[in-house]
Amino acid sequence: MIKKVSPHIVQNEPLIFERSSPGKRGYQLPELDVPNVDAEAALGRQNVRGEIEDFPEISEVEAIRHFTRLSTWNYAIDLGLYPLGSCTMKYNPRVNELVARIDGLAWAHPYQPEHLSQGCMEVIAALENALAVITGMDAVTLQPAAGAHGEFTGLLMIRALQEHRGNPRKKILVPDSAHGTNPATASMVGYAVENIESNDRGMVDMDRLSRHVTEDVAGLMITNPNTVGVFEQDIKRITGLLHEKGALVYMDGANMNALVGVARPSDFGIDVMHLNLHKTFSTPHGGGGPGSGAVAVRDILKPFLPGPRLKRESDRWTWDYDLPQSIGRVRSFYGNFGVLVRALAYIMAHGGDGLRRATLDALLNANYIRKKLEAHYEIAYQSPTMHECVFSDDRQARKGVRTGDIAKRLIDYGFHPYTVSFPLIVRGALMIEPTETESKRELDLFADAMISIAQEVEDNPELVLQAPHSTRTSRVDEVTAARKPILRWKSSVRSAQAAD
Amino acid sequence: MTYPENYKYTKEHEWVLVEGNTGTVGITDHAQQELGDIVYVDLPKVGATFDKGKSFGSVESVKAVSDIYSPVAGEVVAINDLLTQHPEKLNEDPHGAAWLIKLKLPSGGDLTELLSAEDYQKYIGE
Amino acid sequence: MLAVLGLSSEEALVSYLSAAVRFDGKLDLENGKSEYEIVDYFKARAARNANGYASFLGAGVYNHYRPVLCDVVVSRGEFLTSYTPYQAEISQGTLTTIFEFQTMVCQLTGMDVANASMYDGSSAVPEGAMMAARVTRRDKILVARSVHPEYREVLTTYLKHGGLPVSEVGYSPNGLLDLDDLTKRLDDSVAALIVQTPNFFGLLEQIDELAHIVHSKGALLVVAFTEAVALGLIEPPREADIVVGELQSFATPPSYGGPYAGIIASKDKFVRQLPGRLVGETTDSEGRRAFCLTLATREQHIRREKATSNICTNQALIALMATVYMTVYGKEGMRELAQQNLSKAHYLASKLPRKFDAPFFNEFVATTNGKSAGEINRELLEHNIVGGLPLDRHYPELSGCVLLCATEMSKRADMDRIAAVWDGK
Repeated sequence: MIKKVSPHIVQNEPLIFERSSPGKRGYQLPELDVPNVDAEAALGRQNVRGEIEDFPEISEVEAIRHFTRLSTWNYAIDLGLYPLGSCTMKYNPRVNELVARIDGLAWAHPYQPEHLSQGCMEVIAALENALAVITGMDAVTLQPAAGAHGEFTGLLMIRALQEHRGNPRKKILVPDSAHGTNPATASMVGYAVENIESNDRGMVDMDRLSRHVTEDVAGLMITNPNTVGVFEQDIKRITGLLHEKGALVYMDGANMNALVGVARPSDFGIDVMHLNLHKTFSTPHGGGGPGSGAVAVRDILKPFLPGPRLKRESDRWTWDYDLPQSIGRVRSFYGNFGVLVRALAYIMAHGGDGLRRATLDALLNANYIRKKLEAHYEIAYQSPTMHECVFSDDRQARKGVRTGDIAKRLIDYGFHPYTVSFPLIVRGALMIEPTETESKRELDLFADAMISIAQEVEDNPELVLQAPHSTRTSRVDEVTAARKPILRWKSSVRSAQAAD
Repeated sequence: MTYPENYKYTKEHEWVLVEGNTGTVGITDHAQQELGDIVYVDLPKVGATFDKGKSFGSVESVKAVSDIYSPVAGEVVAINDLLTQHPEKLNEDPHGAAWLIKLKLPSGGDLTELLSAEDYQKYIGE
Repeated sequence: MLAVLGLSSEEALVSYLSAAVRFDGKLDLENGKSEYEIVDYFKARAARNANGYASFLGAGVYNHYRPVLCDVVVSRGEFLTSYTPYQAEISQGTLTTIFEFQTMVCQLTGMDVANASMYDGSSAVPEGAMMAARVTRRDKILVARSVHPEYREVLTTYLKHGGLPVSEVGYSPNGLLDLDDLTKRLDDSVAALIVQTPNFFGLLEQIDELAHIVHSKGALLVVAFTEAVALGLIEPPREADIVVGELQSFATPPSYGGPYAGIIASKDKFVRQLPGRLVGETTDSEGRRAFCLTLATREQHIRREKATSNICTNQALIALMATVYMTVYGKEGMRELAQQNLSKAHYLASKLPRKFDAPFFNEFVATTNGKSAGEINRELLEHNIVGGLPLDRHYPELSGCVLLCATEMSKRADMDRIAAVWDGK
């Protein structure tokens, strides 16, 4: 039985361009207090454009209805559990939104004089410090805009250090369970990628790894806990092995929500890592960004950090641009400051003890889900679960139902699906990360839904294969979208199915 | 679907038909089934040359990309334009109308290490 | 829950980790704070920044009024707290707004196709360069010295190990790209010229002419922009092959440098080489219009080390804010807004000595007639005005020059004050 949701009326809404009618406006500019300049005279006739063809023309009330109606077609954390594995969809505290909008912070221009930017610089310094404490590392840069951007920054630093030692080396090792960004990043930094096969416990295989570790290897990129939610038990031996050969170890911190306050990457030999502030530190995903991919490093990599760097000069902060060994900038200015404000607010709200408790709650919730579902779905690995658990669709596949189908059926029960078909090393993966912010009540509703679907697979697989049944939009034809890409609206091509 | 006896096959699921010094290359029915709905085919330019076993293009489904490797060495003399507009043909007729490229082969081409239709079917049956 | 798991305490969940990797200490952070204390802390930090100043800084980050609707829309939990729209059936809200965003970016820039957004303008520049290298299968990148200095730094960082050497094309005495220098550097190995318009000095580059020169050598023209408001009035770079830029101007507060949203757009024929996310139109199983992420095979999660980029995200929420902004101003408003920016900047410029005489939009370089830029700015601060950006750090050859920006938010009285300070009154 579906307990969490009931059907209700959803508003239809056309595209904004189809709502438009000539001459409507939703803005009001102040009267000009200087002489109006003739654009053609000032810029030259050839430099002045005609009207922006097909741009919207609508009133304010129509605009707000448009976007509000569209918003109701989305699922969101604010509506319930969002168990995407590896994405850490935890509650986004609203006080963080408020403080990021305080005028003195929101309207600070990156080039305003330093003595008028001390508040922003303090925020950056405080967050750098907190993240260093949490990871146990020696220095932090907040410049990277996202996790993959952090990986890029980290590998550039590994390369810079290896070059400094006399040889950039040729390869980066990546376990086969890694996020796709890892190999993509390694090749952007000019490295060949060598994949390391995982063992039957879902961990890096020491024997296989040791065969790959040669003087050609610049570093290893490892996710810990890895993408099957398992802590790499051999991590100290792994980092030791790499260090012995002069290679460095990069940690993808996507799963740091399992470790904060419980384990520090510096203690198990990590040299450089990124943190996804939009995962572990609760800044909102916003439908796919903005995020922030802070990077923490050990002392040996400090000289190579991107610049500028904050520096304390007597009683105030200043930006230091004199960094001869730095890899250079990875983006303009100082990073996604607005995201940093939110992350710092989150850390302040929890404090050291609170962060550790949050981690333990996240582990408890994931283990609880595993326990409830183990009898109904095939757990991928028997190893202990940390913050997420991965099942395979082995049992359901016998009825012709795959992980993607179960995911779609979950929508009918009022939940966002788990992560589908990742990690690639598990055939038909269901990767579930509940996070610590879910109550037992919500977890039970979810587990009941999953169990109910498992039963439906036995009794009526067609019901699951055709899901979702209750959404405004039924299964979407991704094949046609890719074969005949339509990537923008055009007035000349009126869509036959305009949802008026 | 039948696997023509006069084609040779690779373990990477390509086929080649050699006629005189021309080799026609495609992917097998098994390959298209594994990929699912094919949405895009990336083919080389006429005039490009490829060694045996080298990737000359790729075939894409919604969520996967597969490199295609040349079963024989040669110079590209034709590509199948049909596939640019109709990639779905590769799902419908992989051993016929949806061939990918034609190669000019140096002296009949090196067909060693290629599988017969029977051996290939045994191989994919495993 | 612990009972269901047969555990006596939560600590048991980590007891299997060996002592060597476990952290049993206490994190050296202050105790948790209440909501009130947090708000108080950040208000105190904000008070240590510039407050209540009129600012004439631009240089890639602009002060534009933010219509209230922008924050109202992005504050809706359905947009704010949703993930990347991989599950199309319950993400049509985000997908539809991205499709609208892609369309508006095309309409603004004169390109055929645009992606769902990039991290920011600076990182969009190297992505454009790498895209041009993939399209042309050439490796040399030319970049105008009048492109934002920090964007050029990011370009250098990105391309250092990608086998794409970068060289700089200088500017003429009028502040525009030096055509002689371009001709000298342009050869058959050049993949692209990257040029910004309005350029860092606020001046309008001659895009058609540059396109003609660059195309004659088989290279691509990548046009960058930092001031999106200009596109309401100036001719878009239709002759470019790739357009990259920054949308901060559209409803994103300066926020000490981020988060912003970048764009990348191109001609249709290069779509397979476009990095990042794309939303496409299709139908659902009932034949109704629907949207989904598409052409994902270009991306890292499928192609891994062979992907067009490692980019894994866009700036969906910022792009949404920009979409609301463009909707609110609309066809007429975008033009009127740009017209006001032009008028304000030209009013200020009419009172100051300009360094370059090429046409400019809402930014220009002023000379200081022997006075130091620092001195002028200090004096302006006393009048609660943050002056322009002294150019000596980024352009040693323009030491003593200041880059000033006026927008629709600039007031005549403040501009008159600047003129008075300049004149030593």
